[in-house]
Amino acid sequence: MNAAVRLDMRGISKSYTGTQALLGVDFSACGGEVHAIAGENGAGKSTLVKILTGAVQASAGRIFLDDTEVKIVSPRHAHRLSIRSVHQHLSLVPNLSVAENVLLGSLPSKLARPFVDWNRARTRAAELLRSVGLGERDVRTPVSRLGVAQQQMVEVAKALAEDPRILILDEPSSVLTKQEIDRLFGLIRRLRNERVLVIYISHRLEEVFNIADRVTVLKDGRLVGTVNTADTDKQSLIRMMIGRKLDDLFPSRDCSPREEVLHVRDLALSGVFRDISFSVGKGEIVGMYGLVGSGRTEIARCVYGADRASSGTVDLHGRPFRPTSPRDALSAGIAMLTEDRARDGLVLFLPTIDNASFAVMRSISHCGVLDVRRQRRDVTKMVERLRIRPPRLRIPVESLSGGNQQKVVLAKWLLFDAPCLILDEPTRGVDVGTKQQIYGIVRELADRGVAILFISSEMPEVLGMSDRILVTREGRIVDEVARTDATEERLLSSAAGITSTQ
Amino acid sequence: MVEKQGADTGIVSRAVSVVHRTVTDRLRTSAANYLFLVLFVSVFVIAALYADIFFTTRNMANLLRQVVANGLVSLGMLLVILTGGVDLTVGSFVALGGVIFTGFADTVGILPALILAVSAGAAFGIVNGVLVAHFRLQSFIVTLAMMGVVRGFVYVYTETPLVAMHPAFRVLGAGTVGPISYGVIITAIAYLLIWFFLNRMHIGRAMVAIGGNREAVRLAGINVTLTTILAYLLSGVFSALAGAVLVSRLGIAQPSLGFAYELDAIAAVVIGGGVLGGGGGSAVGTAAGALTLGIINNLMNLFGIESYYQQIVRGIVIILAVMARRKQT
Repeated sequence: MNAAVRLDMRGISKSYTGTQALLGVDFSACGGEVHAIAGENGAGKSTLVKILTGAVQASAGRIFLDDTEVKIVSPRHAHRLSIRSVHQHLSLVPNLSVAENVLLGSLPSKLARPFVDWNRARTRAAELLRSVGLGERDVRTPVSRLGVAQQQMVEVAKALAEDPRILILDEPSSVLTKQEIDRLFGLIRRLRNERVLVIYISHRLEEVFNIADRVTVLKDGRLVGTVNTADTDKQSLIRMMIGRKLDDLFPSRDCSPREEVLHVRDLALSGVFRDISFSVGKGEIVGMYGLVGSGRTEIARCVYGADRASSGTVDLHGRPFRPTSPRDALSAGIAMLTEDRARDGLVLFLPTIDNASFAVMRSISHCGVLDVRRQRRDVTKMVERLRIRPPRLRIPVESLSGGNQQKVVLAKWLLFDAPCLILDEPTRGVDVGTKQQIYGIVRELADRGVAILFISSEMPEVLGMSDRILVTREGRIVDEVARTDATEERLLSSAAGITSTQ
Repeated sequence: MVEKQGADTGIVSRAVSVVHRTVTDRLRTSAANYLFLVLFVSVFVIAALYADIFFTTRNMANLLRQVVANGLVSLGMLLVILTGGVDLTVGSFVALGGVIFTGFADTVGILPALILAVSAGAAFGIVNGVLVAHFRLQSFIVTLAMMGVVRGFVYVYTETPLVAMHPAFRVLGAGTVGPISYGVIITAIAYLLIWFFLNRMHIGRAMVAIGGNREAVRLAGINVTLTTILAYLLSGVFSALAGAVLVSRLGIAQPSLGFAYELDAIAAVVIGGGVLGGGGGSAVGTAAGALTLGIINNLMNLFGIESYYQQIVRGIVIILAVMARRKQT
């Protein structure tokens, strides 16, 4: 067993092009504790971890391991120092076997270096998989055949392969189910007993309180403080994270019946969903809730014409049309914010000014020539209204934090100003403060008469935002609940297909 | 009074900080893309050391004339690379433009012959574009296949070199205004137009964006297919135009004209900050890239370096340019 490690990071600063990601942050922790790092998106959590794992180098500051100063220059160097990490984004090789992935870079050799000792490799890999609760899996299975959650656990097993002294888990639970999280927590507690230092990053405060001994809070790249979880509560932790109180996220709204704007009739996509009919009224927020794979995103994409439905019609203001492309939908008056901003929302290498105006570029052009003055004015207004940070028009959006990137996507659709707006997971990967801001904007749009279809997998958000909620399961709408009747139990039982109530 | 002054300086300092911010932002974002400037300047410094032979009006005019063909081809290549593809057909388009221009000059006149040449390039460019954008085939394979197809058509049209008797045949490539040839002027205008297109027109902005994230552009309601086809069309147009200017300068149209031109064109775009696969590239950068290659060739000619060595040097320069860009990001 290793002696407990002592980690001490002092005055760590890091600046990227145009942004100060970290400023003079102190962080210390030691083996045998689970130390959480909390903060909004863009607070600098990931940057701090990247510095520790050698992915990036700090612009200033010193790192001490067991009172010896170290300069971590590369991920390989971090490995040699027994620092291992599991990232939000998986780094497995899909076509290689589980065993090879787990032991990547440390395959046991026999006789001489170049020959792999496959027997030992398989035994060792199986051992590691058992420790993360994947004991039943054949280690020769290619990783691509595993589900996301199991891949995540393989990633954890890989990090354990060389007995780390410091294990960093960056949002490990986002793809895991309740049982899998419990199993992960069991593993973390065992590692803690073995005097490993576990650094745990998560948006979910319940988890932080559940697993961490101490929590360090960052805000805007600065250290707010480090507290014992036993001495604090959720409210004060949120206060530390956002610097203000978070009381009334969802004020009540008037939800009297109103004139119909969007009407979807018998929409179907073979093998994915069928018999989808619903409507959204002027100024109404209709929530759509369902488990992953229940078809909610697919339905929305077909209404928008991003994918083609096999049958059915969509009416807008009583005029029927068959959505065959986003262009058609937009000219009819339906806009959609898609769920994954990096995959299909933003052109990352281009600046804010372009990304925010792609949807309106044609309409603010005369004979094909962009009205650049109007473009600058409109985007500047949006940047101010949404408080996009840094408030610069000409830096590539890839240098913005996740929350600010999401605001740029939102700016694009606010500028387009459609009478009907579909929002697919508008607050995914966004911090508490930005979430609240997005809720405010969505309500404001509804108050101005925009018909909104609000898709989310976060229960409190759907309950708080929607005037009416549609529940999807296995490609069908299985329940429709008015705001006043909506409860977590009702939505969950409908979404999961448990008929306990009525 | 004092208060008013305070307000004034407030406005002034705010204005200054806004200007400062805009300028530094532009410099920062372009830092990576404009690294070619370092290369460009250092090549120029070497040239300046031999100023007596390099900086003569004659040599300068010559240099620019020699850059014209690659300059025009690179411009088309830039557009295709911006959409995330690559156009390997350009060399064959140069031959196509050259032989059609020469073959028809005597019978239909210079201007109609030029229009025919450019239209032929446009037509095959559209074929490339439709196969890539509509049928979603790989750009590399499509344009590689079309490279053979178009070259084949050129040889079907003529196996032997063509010449034209029309008195105005040599004007395009060899005619000058002062020391500057018409070809150079045409190229400069083409670059200005494309700069305007890419920065000030909505289709141009979309073209720049497509290579970065095709799906995001499509979901923003932009016609990605048409925009991509337009890039391939323009590549055909500029390459065929380059062929016409080239044969007009040389006075003869070889069916083997333009062989391996795609390499220099890709090099010019990449040296100028372009990224294969999309996500970077500009008209200014490509102009500088083409000029850099031109100056290197010119210097090596002046020093009497043999052409085989020239190929080696050029290859090394391209690799250095790409390496320098990687360091930046």
